Amino acid sequence: MHVRGLVKRYGRTTAVDGLDLALSAGSVLALLGPNGAGKTTTVEVCEGFLTADAGEVRVLGVDPAGAPDALRARIGVMPQGGGAYPGVHAAEMLRVVAACSAHPLDVGWLIGVLGLESCARTPFKRLSGGQQQRLALACAIVGRPELVFLDEPTAGMDPQGRRLVWDLIDAMRRDGVAVLLTTHLMEEAEALADEVVIVDHGKVVAQGSPAALTACSTHQELRFRAKPGMDLAGLTAALPAEYRAAETKAGRYLVQGRIDPGILSTITAWCAGQGALADDVQVARRSLEDVFLELTGRELRP
Amino acid sequence: MTVEPRFETGTFTPRPGPGAPLRMLRAQALTELRLALRNGEQVLLTLLIPVALLVGLSLLDVVPLPEPRVAAVTPGVLALAVMSTAFTSQAISFGFDRRYGVIRRLAATALPRWLLVAGRLAALLGVVVIQVVLLCALAALLGWQPAGAGIGWAVLLVLLGCAAFGSLGILLGGSLRAEITLAVANLVWFVLLLAGGIALPIAQLPGPLAAVASALPSGALAEGLRGALADGHAPGWGPVLVLVAWTATATALATRTVKLR
Repeated sequence: MHVRGLVKRYGRTTAVDGLDLALSAGSVLALLGPNGAGKTTTVEVCEGFLTADAGEVRVLGVDPAGAPDALRARIGVMPQGGGAYPGVHAAEMLRVVAACSAHPLDVGWLIGVLGLESCARTPFKRLSGGQQQRLALACAIVGRPELVFLDEPTAGMDPQGRRLVWDLIDAMRRDGVAVLLTTHLMEEAEALADEVVIVDHGKVVAQGSPAALTACSTHQELRFRAKPGMDLAGLTAALPAEYRAAETKAGRYLVQGRIDPGILSTITAWCAGQGALADDVQVARRSLEDVFLELTGRELRP
Repeated sequence: MTVEPRFETGTFTPRPGPGAPLRMLRAQALTELRLALRNGEQVLLTLLIPVALLVGLSLLDVVPLPEPRVAAVTPGVLALAVMSTAFTSQAISFGFDRRYGVIRRLAATALPRWLLVAGRLAALLGVVVIQVVLLCALAALLGWQPAGAGIGWAVLLVLLGCAAFGSLGILLGGSLRAEITLAVANLVWFVLLLAGGIALPIAQLPGPLAAVASALPSGALAEGLRGALADGHAPGWGPVLVLVAWTATATALATRTVKLR
């Protein structure tokens, strides 16, 4: 799948503003971004539900806007919030979707795997959010697609459900399925994705493997405990200029910068000079969440 | 600790392709038919009320009707049954189906748009067949003897009625919010039942109302059925043209305004 320079406007607002993406078979791409960043719009253009205003979109070699039926026979779609008849039972719905594919997975097996047999007689509208999501996921993969679009697949799921979905996505990748997933769960992107694309205001603000995105060297930190109220001037002087040191709470200290063995020994030596023992020393890489918040800001989105 | 892999290698190996059109049609139509027969409110509207009206109006002398009363009542009740299913019930279920994202869900599969429509149509016709068989059997038990020569015309009229009311139902359910659709569809049903030529023959309606009613799909269908089933008459061009015109107008509007969700 290739997307180059995708633009999509709704009236005067530009939802997607020159976005590039690439996804190959057997890999997982996570589209990460705050609400309203343009994730769902991007996915819907790739599925052929929306027409791009500009840019080139090729999904499995096909222009989704030109040949949606031909494309949809090869992809699996999990729309945000699912989609089923309000009164339908899970297996009935899955059977309808399975009938649209030439070689579907076994419906009974999939219902069992996703833990939906306990609510076999419950109408869709009375299923819990997590159950609705699991049915939607089943509908997306039952046709044995080459490429699966999962729009916030674990929204509203409990931890067990989330683990199951992660296992499933892992197994699909192993079997050669390409997966495009949107999420705002950093943990999910870190656990699943080969490639993470962070979007905001319709633009790519960062991309790379989760490890590459979080390994940005200047953003490590070291935390330790020691006696409260130590004068940090000596420590700041002993560390290279770009490092910062602070006492975040009484007796809790934070040093930000690239933490290597030399820096660690500078810190402990300084503590010893103050007659203090550095205790509970923790070195942390910044998390994907830190990267995300740094890139997209902290203000709430509508 | 190692965890057993939950899924064997090859479980999800891609093997895509569209399903056979007939299989898709069958799966969708049978599911929608089952849902229509399982939904209490829809069954009330499509089966219980027509049955109650057929039996009640035939046996009780509440409205002045020519004898045999069942012969005067049955064509109107059949028209009501078609309107209930194709228009009211269809508009409401389409409205809520859209709300719950199922139209979108199905459109995201290999199911082509024309099959999506055909599946709905087949389910609708399934309900109408059940209604017609049940109501005609009941009317026969009450002593109804339709004019044999008119049965073919009656079938044609029922199909045209399904088309006209069905396209109006899709237009309504596909353009407005589900709750508004629910209210409007029930209101229109009630007004057309009383003043649209269904409960009372057009000849018994006051002058201006009669003129309006005969141009409505309810009046055209009910009057056409009365003529065909009582006397075995061909319906004439009037009712046929009215039904075709409503179908064409509603379909043309629906293709422009109906949204998938």
